[in-house]
Formats: sequence, C-alpha cells, structure tokens
Amino acid sequence: MAVAVKTTETSDVQTEQLMTGCEAIAEAIRLADVDVMAAFPIRPYDTVMQAAAKLIANGKLDCEYIVADGEHSQFEIVKHACAVGSRVFVGSSGVGWFYAFEAIAVTAGLRLPVVAICGNRALDDPGAFGTEHNDSLAVRDLGWLLPWAETAQECLDLALMAWRVGEDKRVSLPVAIGLDGGFLTHSQQLVSVPTKAAADAYLPRFDLGDRLLHPDNPITIAPQVDQDWLMEIRRQNDAAMRRALEVIAEAHADLKKLFGRGGDSPFLDEYMTDDADVVFFGQGTLALPMKVAIRRLRKQGHKVGLVRLKWFRPFPTDEVVRSLSRFKAVGIVDRDYSFGSPYYGGVLYNEVRSALYSRDERPTIVGFVAGLGGREIDQTMAQDIYDKTAAAAAGGLAAGDQCHWIGVRE
Amino acid sequence: MAVEAPTGTGTLPQIKGVKEVPYDELFVSGHRTCQGCESALVMRHMVKASGPRTIVLGSTGCMYVANTTYYSTPWVVPWMHTQLGAAGSAALGTAAGLKVLMRKGKLAREKINVIAFCGDGGGADMGIGAISAALTHKEYDLLVLLYDNESYANTDIQLSSQTPWGAVTTFSPTGSERRIMHTRWKKNVPGMLAAGHPESRYIAAGCAAYAVDLMNKIRKALEVGGPTFVHTLDPCPKGWDYHPQYSQELGHLAVEAGIWPLYEVLDGVVNLTGPTRQIAEGRKKRKPVEDYLRRQGRFAHFTTEDVEHFQAEVDKMWEEWLIPGVIPFTIPQKDVTLLNIDKKKPLHATA
Ligand SMILES: Cc1ncc(C[n+]2csc(CCOP(=O)(O)OP(=O)(O)O)c2C)c(N)n1
Ligand code: SF4
Ligand SMILES: [Mg+2]
Repeated sequence: MAVAVKTTETSDVQTEQLMTGCEAIAEAIRLADVDVMAAFPIRPYDTVMQAAAKLIANGKLDCEYIVADGEHSQFEIVKHACAVGSRVFVGSSGVGWFYAFEAIAVTAGLRLPVVAICGNRALDDPGAFGTEHNDSLAVRDLGWLLPWAETAQECLDLALMAWRVGEDKRVSLPVAIGLDGGFLTHSQQLVSVPTKAAADAYLPRFDLGDRLLHPDNPITIAPQVDQDWLMEIRRQNDAAMRRALEVIAEAHADLKKLFGRGGDSPFLDEYMTDDADVVFFGQGTLALPMKVAIRRLRKQGHKVGLVRLKWFRPFPTDEVVRSLSRFKAVGIVDRDYSFGSPYYGGVLYNEVRSALYSRDERPTIVGFVAGLGGREIDQTMAQDIYDKTAAAAAGGLAAGDQCHWIGVRE
Repeated sequence: MAVEAPTGTGTLPQIKGVKEVPYDELFVSGHRTCQGCESALVMRHMVKASGPRTIVLGSTGCMYVANTTYYSTPWVVPWMHTQLGAAGSAALGTAAGLKVLMRKGKLAREKINVIAFCGDGGGADMGIGAISAALTHKEYDLLVLLYDNESYANTDIQLSSQTPWGAVTTFSPTGSERRIMHTRWKKNVPGMLAAGHPESRYIAAGCAAYAVDLMNKIRKALEVGGPTFVHTLDPCPKGWDYHPQYSQELGHLAVEAGIWPLYEVLDGVVNLTGPTRQIAEGRKKRKPVEDYLRRQGRFAHFTTEDVEHFQAEVDKMWEEWLIPGVIPFTIPQKDVTLLNIDKKKPLHATA
C-alpha cells in the first residue's frame, strides 16, 4: 500500500540532536513503537541495545526487551514474536551474526519482516573489532533486504524505511541494515529526529493480515513441503524481492517529501560524478575518506567522483548499470573478501561486474580490497586506489591486474 | 501501568477420569507418523488438554517432518514450525508478542495458551540452553513440552542424551569388536530443570500410556502460568524395535519398572503420580527392568551383566537418590540432621 504523505515545512516535523549511529537506530525504534526486541552482547552493534534499554528505563518506549541466551535465541525470539503480529527489532555483529545464522535463514524463508542491524565486524579468528562486511554479506542469497548506511542520519532514516518496506505486503521480507562498526556505530553526528506524529504519518501500523498466527486464524506455518512445493515458494520469495525495488523507491520518495532528505536516487548516492572519468564505488562509511580524496584530487585537476551503493539487496542492477556506464573506469572498493572468487575480487566487485557483463557500454572495472578489520582507509591508500583506476582507464587492464589489496604490509 | 493479560483463568479444570476427557479433537488425521507412534499420541493429548485457544510451535523432528505436511496438516489449532534447538525461544517470542500486543491494545485481551514442543534431540541436547532461559522468564506464560522417543528418530534413529545406556542406534550399533557403543547414562532433564529454575512453577514428567495423568499435567502447567515444562517418555516402534501394538504396554512397563518415574513439581513441591506413587508407597512392587528391556530390539544384544548393570543403576535411583527419579544427590549421614533432611519426614508441611 502506498502511504499518502502531505508536504509540510520539514523543520516542523523534526529536531536536531547529536548522536551515534546506534543511538539514531534506537530513536527509530522508539518512533516505530517496536513491540519486542531481543538483545545479546557483542561489540559494536550492542550500543543500540544499551540505548534502547535506557529508553525503556526512562519510560519513552513500551516494549518487551528480552536478553537472550545467545544470538540464535535472539533471532528466534523476534521471529516468533513477529509471527503473532509484533513489530520487532534485533541485531548482532561478526561471529554473533553467524551464531544466529540458522534463525536468520528461516526468517527470510518465512517472509517475516524482522528488522535488524548488523554492526559490521571482522569475523574471528583471529579476533578484531573493526569493520568488515562479510558478516552481513553472508546472508546475501537468503532473501534479506540489505541496505548500508553512511551517516547517523541515514541510520535513522533507513530504520524507518526498513519497517515500512519490510512490512509492506508486496514485500514481507526481513531487513538488515549494515552499520560500519566503530566508524558509524560509535561516532556522534547531528541527526534530525522526526516527531512521533511525523513518523506515524510515514510508517503505517504493522498488519500481517491473513498470515497472523492466532487462534482466530488457525493456519499452519511452514509445514514440510519437500520437492512438491519448494520451488514455487522460492519463486514467490524471488517475486517479493523484485517488488521490493519499487517499494523502496516509494518509501524513499515519501521520506524526501516529509523530511526533505535522502538524495535523488533511493539506491545510489553520487558525489561529484557529473563530469567524472573515474569513480570510486563502495558502500557504508567508505564514502568519507573517499570524498576527502576526491576533493583533493579535483584540486589537482583529476575528474574523479564517488558512487555509493545504498541497497545491496535488492541489487539495483538497472541504476548501477545506468550510472557506471557513464564512466571510463570504476574502482570498486570492497570492505570484504571472497577467497577464491573470480579474479580473487571482493563481493561487490563480482556483483558489479556481473551486472555490467551483458551491456555494450561498460566501464573498465578495477577491484580493491581495503580497510579490513576496521583499518582506516587513509589518503595514501585512496591515492593508490585512484592511481590504479586511472591507469586502467588510460591504458586498459593487464591480465592478473584486476584486483588489488590496498595498504597491506609485505 | 496497564493490566497484564490474565493467567490461570480456571478454564482448564483437572480431568477426573477418562469419561471427562474433552471429546473435541484438535489434532486430527493427516499426519504420517509410524503405526503405534506414542509421540503422535502425546500431540493429540496435548491439544485435547489445552483446548482451541492455543498456539503450538513445533521443533524439527518426527512431529514436524512426519507429522505436519503441506496440504494435510493435522493441526486444528494455529501451528508454526520452529528450529531444532529453538523450542524455548519460540515459546518466549510468541508469549512476549502476545503479551505486549494485548497490553498496547493491538490484540484482543484473552488467555491464549502457548505451547512449544521439541523432541529429546531438539530439547535435551541442542535446545536445552534456550529452554533453560525460557524457564527463567516468569513474566511470560508458556509451556515447553519435550516428547522423548529416546533418539534423533526422524534422521534415522541416532543416539541422543536421552537414549538409554547401551541401546543400539544407527550411531551406536553393536558389532563384533564392541557390543556396546553408547556408554552414557540418560540425562535427567525434568529433574535438572526443576532443580535449576526455582521460578518455574510447574515441571512434570509424564507418559501417554497414562493419558489422563498426562492431560492433567498439561492443564496444570497452563493454568499455573509463567514458564512451565513437561517431559513425556514416548515408546517409538521404529527406534526401539518392537511391534507397534505394544507401545502402550512399553509405556506402562517403563513406569512400572521404575525407569521412568511419573511426577510433578508444583511450586517446589514434588508430587509422585500414578504407579510411581504406588511404588514409592510400597503398594506396588517395581518390575524388573529385564521385563522392559527384553521386549525391545534395541537391547537384544544385552548380556545378563548388561541387564544387571541397568538394574543396578535404576535401583540406585530408587534407593540412594534424595528423591527417586528427581534429585540424584545423597547426604552424608552426619549432615542429615544439620540440613534438616530426613527422608521419612516431609520437607514441606503441605507435601
Ligand atoms: C540445526 C539442525 N541440525 C540438524 C537437523 C537435522 N534433523 C532433523 S530432525 C532431527 C532429529 C531430531 O530429533 P528429536 O529432537 O529427538 O526429534 P525426533 O525426530 O526424535 O522426533 C535432526 C537431527 C536439523 N533439522 N536442524
Ligand atoms: S520413528 Fe518413532 S517417533 Fe518417529 S514417527 Fe515413527 S514411531 Fe513416531
Ligand atoms: Mg527424539
């Protein structure tokens, strides 16, 4: 269902406050009037649970807050609470996300619109707290919608969008917002927080309709189907994921109308691309150091820009193709790895190449693996990424020169 | 603060005999379990006892795979699959959801029974942590029912922590070099849960061979409110290797031989039920375990010494445990007075 949103002065419906990415998500939890959430400690996502607990303690949120005995239970608890009609929230990071993996898989299969965050964190072993996207990306094939946030503001906005899109009957799929660990989960920024009335106008009440598990609606959910029906059910999930693109676009348009932000495209955020020959491509807080580099490089006369992907699933293939076909070369910066993959590239690298394969107009693609384990991408690294991408743009790409690890000590 | 959803509404009175058992069937045809499957009978009794205002969550296992098939579901009540180790969390999430939605006025206020079931593999092994956690949440009304067919039956009869010592399973075959592969004694699940979860008001052990006793335990669990637990021992013709017509008889034998004591723990007070009470009171003599073991193919390889070992362990449970079948500890003689423990005197005035 499309939601009718009236245009008002955007300043009437929101106030500015200083907060971290996780605190911004907690504000969205309050605005969405979440019914059930389940917590378990792991850094860096868990500050969202701390912030939400404080909201409950201070009487600002009425919510069942269950401290689970592990992440598997955490995700199972909210899955089942969702099936009886509750709006739910959950989250994890790194190995915690993997501990919940079974529950994560079935939640998508069940088409239950659980909203989660993944405070992206390197996987053990060896231990590291910092950002890596392999935790979120591991669920990329299962039917979760996967947006990535750049700023605390976007955390709040994406969370409201997540309930709206996920709970929309055309979609009915879970959503996991990626927040770069440390860089976004823990950094304070100014955030415009909508009033409750404005949030209510944006986000309709959750209604599972005839899928509600209740004695008045005695359905059997997820009986054994075997080979008789599984393909038809998978195909329905596929159709829902396809429909999600248009539902996201609607939610983005309404958010823009109501709060005056979100950029031109729901799926891509472009920075200084109008006349660019070379662009960087990536997701999350990567945009920050790359924008600094772009401003510096432009002073030296280089025509360089950035395309930031906002939704990894559903992958906005048409938008990505349309955007990237305009450039000579694209340097894809993966904050993840995919050992043994084609050309030993990262996940984004191979997704983008796959999206462009059948197009006549396509840029040269260079892959970079950078900033793993939360390592900061500094200006020397950004320069290195630019130099290699610009060289590819100028003279083609030598075989075996498609993917590079950046800033690695030998 | 808004009022919470009601608990203990008195709508599930104790059943005083087989003639009082509700006529309505809420678990009907459509399942594909083996002939003589006692676990399927537990399912039928469970929802008969709880009535239609019930939500059932079912873990993976025979009672899912063989029992709940698309287009032929046997469930008249709302039913949802949950993962093998997730019965505790499924119950918790469902109960929490219902509670908050009723509190916020998003759902009509009424008592809805929440029952999550799991097998012995799902509950006693994989899901024991989540069940334990659920039993500490006294703010939620839920029942976890563990149907114990003493193996991972659905995956072709592999041993679990509930498989009896020495039994043959596909992971513990008998062979020319090793007669016995499975050398662990059965984990005492209801006793452990009762001892470890003081705020769970009701924990019980039952058996479908004593149907009214079992239905009453289900009803008590749902009536007292809070998180509760019932464990049933279910003879399984396929896994235990006997003719399906003997399922009820084997249930009786397990209890009469003292291997599976029937009891309940209500508000910390242990109450033995059925033949177990008669045995404890000396009104009934325990049958030899051999009468039970020799009826099942899974013990066919047992030597006389194996049977004696089994008997000795069961005797120990009856003669040495603080509470037979429930609490395994014993007390040094010098501390019996010190701790005010005298088995001849009731520990509770009301016991
Ligand atoms: C996480 C997970 N591991 C393994 C399985 C495979 N599996 C399906 S049913 C089953 C047996 C479960 O045994 P139990 O809980 O005792 O139930 P029963 O089959 O005996 O009724 C197993 C191991 C599974 N479904 N999920
Ligand atoms: S294997 Fe055992 S538990 Fe499973 S359906 Fe057959 S009798 Fe029932
Ligand atoms: Mg079993």
